[in-house]
Amino acid sequence: MIEDVTHNRADLQFGQGFAEQLGDVRLSACFMCRACTSVCPITRLNDSFNPFRFVRLALFGYIEEVLESGLIWFCTNCYACQEKCPHGVRIPDLMTALKNLAIKTGYAPREVLLQMNIVKDQGRIYPIDEFDNKKRGKLNLPSLPVSCEAVSTLFNENSE
Amino acid sequence: MTYAFFLGCTIPARSRGYEMSSRKVAEKLDFELRDMKEFICCGYPMKASDKVSSELMGAYNLSLAERNGLDVCTLCSSCASYLTEVAYHLAEEGPKRDEVNKQLSRLGLEYKGGVKVRHFVRVLYEEVEPKEIKKHFKRDLEDLKIAIHYGCHYLKPSGIYENFDSADYPKSIEKLVSMTGARVINYAGEQNCCGGPLLPIDEKTALSLAKEKLDAVFDVGADALCVVCPFCSVMYDSNQKTMLSGSGTNFGLPVLYLTQLLGLAMGFGKKELGLNMNVVKTKELLKKYFI
Ligand code: SF4
Ligand code: SF4
Repeated sequence: MIEDVTHNRADLQFGQGFAEQLGDVRLSACFMCRACTSVCPITRLNDSFNPFRFVRLALFGYIEEVLESGLIWFCTNCYACQEKCPHGVRIPDLMTALKNLAIKTGYAPREVLLQMNIVKDQGRIYPIDEFDNKKRGKLNLPSLPVSCEAVSTLFNENSE
Repeated sequence: MTYAFFLGCTIPARSRGYEMSSRKVAEKLDFELRDMKEFICCGYPMKASDKVSSELMGAYNLSLAERNGLDVCTLCSSCASYLTEVAYHLAEEGPKRDEVNKQLSRLGLEYKGGVKVRHFVRVLYEEVEPKEIKKHFKRDLEDLKIAIHYGCHYLKPSGIYENFDSADYPKSIEKLVSMTGARVINYAGEQNCCGGPLLPIDEKTALSLAKEKLDAVFDVGADALCVVCPFCSVMYDSNQKTMLSGSGTNFGLPVLYLTQLLGLAMGFGKKELGLNMNVVKTKELLKKYFI
């Protein structure tokens, strides 16, 4: 469990490198006040989720443990923590970076991958079909395209 | 006033009542929301999985609006926040914009950094005089007690929103609701997130977050909850029944989009505003006005 990571695995150099890569996330500006945790709506419901701890774990280089725990996916990207952080640490951006990394390293939940593939293929999370357009027509709403070519140029021919 | 109308994914497929009522309100105010068929997803649903691609999608949409010489108006708070964020990062010339434009050039597009993004509610608040709105009102909603859920992305991250409203003590939606004569009532935890993004990951936690709010709103005796984002509506309206099953409560709290409330005040009918498509029935609420 993520609460019990032992300190002998700490890799400060890796953590520092990660913080530098993230640049304007300002990880190393964190001065441990825990204001972020005190306003996080998820921490209130599940105390193993703790934004302050993600910042510290990232700084100490425990990236793999964080990804393995799967907890990052509980972040709703609500920005409550960022709004309250007195030192301008952008925790939601840290969470996004960790989530992106989880996708690359195979730690992502199926639902997230599915959603990504639908958007990349169809250009929408809820693709529109003829039936939708019929319903829209009945409500006097304009019909929408049932396919999208732009995404195939943008994402499927990336080799150019 | 003309804006490129950015519908996003969820609204045209799942929240048509929001779309219909917004179009009605815009029409009344002589405000053109121009449909643009080429628009695709804003990119936000992909930010967590692939930020680079999601920004490219955002930039693609912005470049289309720019080519038409229009600013963007959205109904969904997540589209508003994400497109605002992308526009913010691409406003200045630099390597980031160059990279995006390299990709966009394959579609013959370019983004020059000149597009403003606005939530429809922000436009109503900032760009329309209250008296211009009020002069179209035909019904006084004075019997209604309304609780407001601002949600997260309508106001945050505040850094990209030029402080058009306060993230801690917002008042823009309250001002618009009050114009209708309805009474805005406060409740505990107004700032809390609806939990929507968590729904596919952990339904139980997501629904407990949403239920907290419904409980608080019910406790203060509100007649309805007012929202401005389709994801919040999915949580509070579409999932209300699931959330309450087994909990022994069944309060049936109607959840209305702000544009449905404004539309009611403007005298539109139930069907014109898509109120018949709300999941929690609005019948009792509307009876007060003989609708
Ligand atoms: S609010 Fe900011 S400074 Fe305080 S603990 Fe959280 S990240 Fe660190
Ligand atoms: S953005 Fe994530 S970590 Fe920050 S307060 Fe919201 S849920 Fe918690």
